[in-house]
Amino acid sequence: MMRTRFNLGLGIALTAILGAMALIALVWTPYDVNVMNIAGKLQPPSMQHLLGTDQLGRDILSMIMVGAGTSIAVAALSVVIGLVFGVPLGLVAASNKDGWLDELIMRWNDVVFAFPFLALAILITAVLGASAANAVLAFGIFNIPVFARVTRGGALSLWEREFILSAQVSGKSRAWISAEHILPNVANILIVQGTIQFALGIQVEAALSFIGLGVQPPTPSLGRMLADAQTLVTLAPHMAIFPGLAIILIVLGLNLLGDGLRDLLDPRLKGDRS
Amino acid sequence: MVTLAVASVVIFAVIEVAPGDPASFMLGVNAQPDTVAALRAELGLDQPKVQRYFSWIGNMLTGDFGTSYTYRSPVTEIIGDRLWVSVPLAVYALVLSTLIAFPAGIFAAARRGKSGDIAVIGGTQLGVAVPNFWFAMMLVLVFAINLRWFGAGGFPGWSGGVFPALKALTLPAIALALPQAAILTRVMRSALIDVLGEDFMRTARAKGLTRSQAIWRHGVRNALIPVLTILGLQVSFLIAGSIVIEQVFYLPGLGRLIFQSINARDLIVVESVVMLLVFAVVLINFLVDITYAIVDPRLRQRS
Repeated sequence: MMRTRFNLGLGIALTAILGAMALIALVWTPYDVNVMNIAGKLQPPSMQHLLGTDQLGRDILSMIMVGAGTSIAVAALSVVIGLVFGVPLGLVAASNKDGWLDELIMRWNDVVFAFPFLALAILITAVLGASAANAVLAFGIFNIPVFARVTRGGALSLWEREFILSAQVSGKSRAWISAEHILPNVANILIVQGTIQFALGIQVEAALSFIGLGVQPPTPSLGRMLADAQTLVTLAPHMAIFPGLAIILIVLGLNLLGDGLRDLLDPRLKGDRS
Repeated sequence: MVTLAVASVVIFAVIEVAPGDPASFMLGVNAQPDTVAALRAELGLDQPKVQRYFSWIGNMLTGDFGTSYTYRSPVTEIIGDRLWVSVPLAVYALVLSTLIAFPAGIFAAARRGKSGDIAVIGGTQLGVAVPNFWFAMMLVLVFAINLRWFGAGGFPGWSGGVFPALKALTLPAIALALPQAAILTRVMRSALIDVLGEDFMRTARAKGLTRSQAIWRHGVRNALIPVLTILGLQVSFLIAGSIVIEQVFYLPGLGRLIFQSINARDLIVVESVVMLLVFAVVLINFLVDITYAIVDPRLRQRS
């Protein structure tokens, strides 16, 4: 119990700090990230530039603040896509268990899951071109079956419960029951899954932007900063180290938050499993 | 089977709507329209879509993946060369990740709640959060640039002997294995903790086995099912992860091939590689199902 509290606290703290940094970057950064200063390029960390400067003389701390915002936005939007499409699909599938629609939805999920995620992202960017929006789309499409499956799993066990039976007896339609009774009861697992997918989204954005399929220059993102750093890692290791640490802290914070929420919201899983 | 069929239709359809005609791309902007048309005919691009889909599938089933637009050589050959990099890399990483995760997970489960356990759990939290390509860059920085133990990238090929080739794959494999090892450790630990609570574990102790004998002989074997499931899932993550890691280490594997092909609009190669990846994932899930039966005799009777 102590450890759950500690983990949750640390998760909230890390997420809050990095989220706040990204929010502050909307109105203020130590330096303007759109201004290049070639004379001051590749500087190691100093009092003027706490985390040093990049190959164009831009302040790394400012870049990380803005870049974290980009990464968070990409991850958040793709989770929203997953929720908006996945949850209704999961609810429909569960309310007509073993019907043709359920079968269709679950088989389609199998197909999407058979694609290694990056292969899916590559296909989409090969067709639509590389951009932040398409990275969101790719990960969003991947998220739909994830949320559909989680929703269906949670909803199926609820359909066996007595309060649902009584709602059916009182003449409510299955769709109405899904919206009124099932959805609020699967909200917990959706919040937990959402946090996990969010953390994954940060990593996916980083990976896609790193290989040039995600956020395009000059918009800073944590993955793009690492892509810039790759060829310069010998000359300026700080260019690679700090954005990487930022990714680790965000993902760590979100994962701890997700685990903590799961323990808090689902007492059955309490204890120190997984 | 159905999954594969649907996946193939999806891949074909997606590639079909891709902008940019390969024939005009290959010949450049100044090409005469009739030259382009001739090349389209040569490549079979002028036939109806449905017919092209079935000839693509039919040829693929006989091992003929078609001819690359840019390399002008059979796709099977090009992919074959690259597989000699990508598959050993994935296997190497899988072995490493298992070698780290099994002892770590068993150690943590046996010391549940003690400081050793908490240290392992903390380590896995960190391991999951580290992006593998960033970890790869750090490995290059430390072991290739500062210590000079390894090369910073590139691949000498297998013809120069097994050892140099394996050495070139070592840093990439470590980078790939780390996050997977973290996940696998957690699964191993929680599966073993579940098993340790079972009655037969108490019986094993009661009949005179020491604690570690009981854990190894009865505990680990019974904890293998969930571990295998995750191991199977990890293969597809390893394949996907290697696409990124190959970029960091300049390895001539499938990952680099797919990028070069996208840039060159060599869509038949993209199509084939993605189809191959999907096939690999489906095949591995099937193999995992078979392995269940080998590991757990109870499942043999049921199915």
